[in-house]
Amino acid sequence: MSVRHALLALLSEGPKYGLQLREEFEARTGEVWPLNVGQVYQTLQRLERDGLVESDGDGDEGPQKGFRITQDGSAELATWLRTPPDLASPPRDELVMKVLVAMRMPGTDPHEVIQVHRRYLVELMQQWTRIKEDEADFDVGLALVVDAELFRLDAVIRWLDAADGRLKRAAADGPPSPPAALPRLRRRVGVRR
Amino acid sequence: MAVLELRSVSKTYGAGPAEVHALRGVDLSVAAGTMVAVMGPSGSGKSTLLTIAGSLEDPTSGDVLIGGRELARMSRNDKARLRRRTVGYVFQDFNLLPGLTAAENVALPLELDGVPARRARAASLASLDGLGLADRAAQFPDQLSGGERQRVAIARALVGDHRLLLADEPSGALDSVNAEEVMRLLHNACKRGVAAVVVTHDAQLASWADRVVFLRDGLVVDQTAPVPGPESLLSAGPGGRPPGLGTGQ
Repeated sequence: MSVRHALLALLSEGPKYGLQLREEFEARTGEVWPLNVGQVYQTLQRLERDGLVESDGDGDEGPQKGFRITQDGSAELATWLRTPPDLASPPRDELVMKVLVAMRMPGTDPHEVIQVHRRYLVELMQQWTRIKEDEADFDVGLALVVDAELFRLDAVIRWLDAADGRLKRAAADGPPSPPAALPRLRRRVGVRR
Repeated sequence: MAVLELRSVSKTYGAGPAEVHALRGVDLSVAAGTMVAVMGPSGSGKSTLLTIAGSLEDPTSGDVLIGGRELARMSRNDKARLRRRTVGYVFQDFNLLPGLTAAENVALPLELDGVPARRARAASLASLDGLGLADRAAQFPDQLSGGERQRVAIARALVGDHRLLLADEPSGALDSVNAEEVMRLLHNACKRGVAAVVVTHDAQLASWADRVVFLRDGLVVDQTAPVPGPESLLSAGPGGRPPGLGTGQ
């Protein structure tokens, strides 16, 4: 999450004080992303240096100092909003590595390893769902943040389910494929190191 | 006391080389006011578990108790009465009768049980009202949206004195907003004292449950710990995960 762009977004609604920016940031993200005052002022200083915001002047650095967005800031915000995050090349995923290791490690049942992670992820999802159940009715921002977390965890569980099924079928079909498969895959999809 | 209890329940279909062990010694206890989700891949025995829990099928061995009463010791008629009075079912494809209105669909289990029509209708309208469907009572299923149809099916499952709710992929055919609404309604019913078993392969649905049981090849292989309060997410701290609510920094 870019604090820089979140502050620009808040200032696009009109001039605001530093303290106000911090409070509104937390309120908008359902308080799931707490922010300290130091981070806010440091980021505002950099934004001002880059000409993306203007302040009331050189005087007081306290909570009453006001900020407003510049034309360059608005343009930067519009560009950021439409720039896709880097999802193109898959990150090296620790869970994938663990299952790959479990698959080849003697005396280890990969299904058992998969289940340990599946249970942990479902337990996390239960906690997020409780938050949504208790609070999200009153706070659309929080519901969106919790949904994002739930969909992300759900995707990992779906991958575990798929891995579980694939390993079961592979075991039924006969010996595993040669170990050369992994480096080939890495070259083809360009896994980040 | 547990509303539903399965003790060492096994179910075998076929014989000899074609023998299939759908369930193998399953223990499961569901208390009043609790929702248990059963997760597992296709063929893990989820649906068999549900039909046995609902007394639609008998186990090959083991005991099933509903409200403390052992099903194996009950006559066919007693079991049928128990099903009508105590157990409500929710299926993925709603299973509403197309020729009946929403109110008539919901009243049906009561009328089959001999409840006078006027009382059955009053109970049906109360149940529909509880799910925000009072104004849809006179509509036929094909005049309702998918989400509304499933809410009618839940109203039918909860009508009267149903204390055990059995659901098979209850929101499988719905989009995520309607699916969440269905799970919220089921969970609210549990808060009012109903015991529910929801079988699903969908983790988002299962995460509404108080406890998630994992089934694999007819065996319960694992289950979740009791759900801690949201404060547990506070301590997750930095490192890729949001640090959680209300730390106020």
